[in-house]
Amino acid sequence: MKTSFMLNGQAESLDLDPRTTLLDALREQIGLKGSKKGCDHGQCGACTVLVNGRRINACLSLAVTHEGDEITTIEGLAGDETLHPVQAAFLEHDAFQCGYCTPGQICSTVGMLQEAADGWASLVTADLTADTMLTDEEIRERMSGNLCRCSAYPQILAAIRAAGGLA
Amino acid sequence: MSSVKDWAAPTPISENRSGLIGKGVDRYEGRLKVTGAAPFAYEVETPSPPAYGVLIAAPIARGVVTSADVSQAKAAPGVLLVWTPETVPAQGERGARINPRNQRGANPALAARIEHFGQHVGVVVADTLENARAAAALVRFTYDTAPADLIFEDCLDKAEEPEGEEDVRIGDFEAAFAAAPVRLDASYVSPLQNHAQMEPCATTAWWDGDQVTVHTSIQMVKGGQHALAETLMIPSTRVRLLTRYIGGGFGGKGQSYDDLTLAALAARALGQPVRVAYTRQQMFQATIHRPAVHMRVRLGAQADGRLDAFALEAVTHCRREAPFTEHAANFARSLYAAPNRLTGHRLVKLDIPAAGPMRAPGEASGMLSLECAMDELAEQLGLDPIELRLRNEPESDPETGKPFSTRQLVGCMTEGARRFGWDRRSPKPGQVRDGRWLVGLGMAAAIRGNFLLPAKAGVRIDADGTITLRQGMTDLGTGTYTILAQITAETLGVPLSQVKVELGDSDFPPAPGSGGQFGAATAGSAAFAAGMNLRRALADLAVGDPSSPLYGDDPELVTFGGGNIAVDNRAEPLDRLVARAAPEGVYVEGSITPAADARDYSQHTYGAHFAEVGVDPDTGEVRLRRMFGVFAAGRILNAKTAMSQITGGMIWGVGTALHEYNAVDPRYGSFIAQDLASYHVPAHADIVDLSAMFLDEVDDMANPMGIKGVGELGIAGAGAAIANAVYNASGARVRDYPLTPEKVLAALP
Amino acid sequence: MKPFTYERPGHLAEALARVAEVPGARFLAGGTNLVDLMKLEIEQPTHLVDVSRLPLSQIEETPEGGLRLGATTTNSQVAADARVRARYPALAQAILAGASGQLRNKATTAGNLLQRTRCAYFYDTTKPCNKREPGAGCAAIGGIYPNTAIFGASRACIATHPSDMAVAMSALDARVDVARQGGETRSVALDDLHRLPGETPHIETSLQPGELITAVVLPPPSPGGQIYRKVRERASYAFAIGAVAVAGGKIAMGAVAHKPWRAAAAERALAEGANPAEAMAAEMAGARTDGHNDFKVKLMGRLGVACLTTTAGAGSDQ
Repeated sequence: MKTSFMLNGQAESLDLDPRTTLLDALREQIGLKGSKKGCDHGQCGACTVLVNGRRINACLSLAVTHEGDEITTIEGLAGDETLHPVQAAFLEHDAFQCGYCTPGQICSTVGMLQEAADGWASLVTADLTADTMLTDEEIRERMSGNLCRCSAYPQILAAIRAAGGLA
Repeated sequence: MSSVKDWAAPTPISENRSGLIGKGVDRYEGRLKVTGAAPFAYEVETPSPPAYGVLIAAPIARGVVTSADVSQAKAAPGVLLVWTPETVPAQGERGARINPRNQRGANPALAARIEHFGQHVGVVVADTLENARAAAALVRFTYDTAPADLIFEDCLDKAEEPEGEEDVRIGDFEAAFAAAPVRLDASYVSPLQNHAQMEPCATTAWWDGDQVTVHTSIQMVKGGQHALAETLMIPSTRVRLLTRYIGGGFGGKGQSYDDLTLAALAARALGQPVRVAYTRQQMFQATIHRPAVHMRVRLGAQADGRLDAFALEAVTHCRREAPFTEHAANFARSLYAAPNRLTGHRLVKLDIPAAGPMRAPGEASGMLSLECAMDELAEQLGLDPIELRLRNEPESDPETGKPFSTRQLVGCMTEGARRFGWDRRSPKPGQVRDGRWLVGLGMAAAIRGNFLLPAKAGVRIDADGTITLRQGMTDLGTGTYTILAQITAETLGVPLSQVKVELGDSDFPPAPGSGGQFGAATAGSAAFAAGMNLRRALADLAVGDPSSPLYGDDPELVTFGGGNIAVDNRAEPLDRLVARAAPEGVYVEGSITPAADARDYSQHTYGAHFAEVGVDPDTGEVRLRRMFGVFAAGRILNAKTAMSQITGGMIWGVGTALHEYNAVDPRYGSFIAQDLASYHVPAHADIVDLSAMFLDEVDDMANPMGIKGVGELGIAGAGAAIANAVYNASGARVRDYPLTPEKVLAALP
Repeated sequence: MKPFTYERPGHLAEALARVAEVPGARFLAGGTNLVDLMKLEIEQPTHLVDVSRLPLSQIEETPEGGLRLGATTTNSQVAADARVRARYPALAQAILAGASGQLRNKATTAGNLLQRTRCAYFYDTTKPCNKREPGAGCAAIGGIYPNTAIFGASRACIATHPSDMAVAMSALDARVDVARQGGETRSVALDDLHRLPGETPHIETSLQPGELITAVVLPPPSPGGQIYRKVRERASYAFAIGAVAVAGGKIAMGAVAHKPWRAAAAERALAEGANPAEAMAAEMAGARTDGHNDFKVKLMGRLGVACLTTTAGAGSDQ
């Protein structure tokens, strides 16, 4: 089934098996292997990509449903020479070990920072009607959809604080 | 190396002239990882388009495959190959070239005899992953089932002494325990846990003539290479195994699995590259796990807290055909003084997936018992838990009498107590409230053995001055690439940017791989030795080269620094020397072997954990509020990656204390948790204000660099600190890990 | 995953017609549960009708002073909506307590309601399950999975409904708008949408084949405090082992039954002047446990009392 979308700023057209998830389309058909398959069931976050600016689990999204969408993956964040600020912060703060959850953590961070900027609340927001303050507790809760078995959470928090201008 | 005493001599590492040793430099491969460009095993480029293999698992615990109907699967779109026990190619026995125990879990693939639920009985290879997965669901098997022992608790009466192991008895434990004025006799349970590495096991394989290349996710390069060669019945020289990036191992990828065997066999049969990955569900059912351990601790003390009698007895389990003992009592042999001692293990054989090593095997589960028992005994005695430990601090190894190489347990506890604010702990439980939360503090000691294994490394310098270290070593995320670059650069006096590190290739000089927190010391010492050999080779080259400013100098006087080779004020850059005198480059190897007298010392890493938790008295929920650890683990090579290792370990301790367990269904032999929604590893929100520090230490007895491992120390004892904090907060003493809301609620006073 | 075909109609009427016409067709919205289950072949649709881009994604005021949440509003969108946060804080909390940021960005209001149980034996296709295969038996009964029902379970099924959002909606007296082929529409009380398992646990809702949820309608909030509290085995990104929503004196519980469990006995007791402890005791008296889930009685009783106590005396704007 013919499907077209914008991928990291470039037009992409694919002939897809309807069963193909966005994650498998990226990894196996397009060859962008930065988005990882940790669980294939939305239970780990390693496949997180941005669709129309919002973070989603690419493993639970059929690729054919993304006609016309703007998709950004880990490969689309950095410039030719320069890392995206979140990538640079992850590197500097050692916010990863094995690196398998890392692309998902980074894409998730980019999406999360935008959600916070848009004033979205989280479960730990004490006053749902007040402005959003991205405290450590808020970052931890909002990033909980990205598991890191190496357990780099303290370093991820430090990186996000720095990248979000919160340090 | 003949003696550990030789290792105290000054070296480029101890002199650390350019300051690279200990510096928190960014990860060597970090840029590749934050940009998604580091190729993991399933992702490597193949010489031609790959086919995709999907594994099929047996739904019974024990029995035999009696038939397989593959007609529908074979007729399904895109299917290239379907194998069942009857049709899978012959596979060689393993064991001649490697320890068969280490690779038993995957030998042979697709056996007709079922030894555990989830054992693979079929594979489908197709043109796409979608077609392979759909066709795999179309294969129909029939089975004859056999009776199985599935439940550990039901089989405790079948526990036996592990083969070749006896209890260790010092003095007369029973008499001393009976006579002790203060006694504690308590039992603790550490549950079955899964590694849950983020990257499922995966292999990409292809053949070039009679030579197979496999990229696979494995911690041990040589073990995997030999295992596959034996399976394929070919010489190991015809197997090239690569494992450059590994998405977490934690012991679970110390051996190979069916993905390696079947990708290689299918690639040979199809004449096409094949990728095979485990699903997340298969990771739970068809790889190894940490077995459950039942532990009985008996402590007999004088009124002043000094232990007269100490016993830790552990019962654990393994798969019937794959002997493995979780040595949950071993750590205790070196921890606290007591003249009368008993430690030992019993083993139950079950028909469930194989037990095996998982991050800090032994300590991770074992310390959950003793470090809570010490807390309970301290309360009985009216002593602070740290004071009780101080009163039982041994001067030499309490079991063997050997001197400690280094031991800073006391320093870890006292420094940690000071920084954490331990003096604010109320000795009586349930005294502090913050809103709806009951708040408490707990601590525990940490000990984990330190090891050095034989290893080699190769290092070459090219005419452009680039120095490349090559080793059949792995980096699971532990920081191996980075520390090897630091060691090599510091040894040769060049900037880090001049050093390349290449790992994870069976063509490279062999190292044992990553595990048992021996990786840095073992691989690093070999890299250091190779670097020292390269220094000698370059010195000889320079003093023998009439064009060199060092011509005719004594090679013993040659120094390295700033990218130069020098004697006094005569120097030249290394690249100029090599380009002129050895334009084809210089390659040398180095090796490390354990010292003959290494076992004359009791050698460990130490630490102390401090935790503050909140307990909701309505629901039994436990939330970490703060955690701090102090550790002593030899010279630290990289402040950043070592800290990440140690805090990562502590977080595993949080998971151990609060979240992680799996259970076997007594009717089917399957695990109840088969995915990451039901097996709970800590999520980000669980980890609040967690940090650590290292005490200054150099252990000259450990290896030529005075370093030790840090990969496993962080988990040792961490869970007990949390359990003790839960008790201090709420009065709920839960001895059955993890401390779920259900158990805490039941135990609340 | 079994092969299937896919289409994305431009109009609601067309989508309704297609699902009605094509045997084995299913609606697809966010897909976070359906695709998950299709991978395991627990769901095997032959045809997917993608409704995610139909104009069903608005949040609108109702003439009565409530809110109408379009079926394909995402969980994130609803939880972020200023009107929801101000007037239905229990709903915002419940949604934010569920899943992860990524999943909430994809999951929809209607899809959340229609998500299927997380019972371990439903997910493990090697085990008998009356939901997957009516008449096959229930492996959860006599099994070791502890997160099972204590209210309204049957001999055929002891599974629970996993939604957080639906529990808050129950306490808020929400209603569900439903459409079917031909333009017919109806409104169902949320409490009547999900069914108890009885002998037919595979029939989970009162929706007829081919019917589509088009919106959830929230009535104006009743006076009184609102809260949603969820208990789980880790601090985030986990399903509830127990949850309570209180809104204006109405109480609903999660992870205790095959549907969001409206605590009618507790509400009656409160109306008759009982204190929170007495009210919850009245409710929990109806619980039936099987050994593995005994803890839920103590847990839910205490959690209910805590929620009622917290909300007592609070205004609707709290």
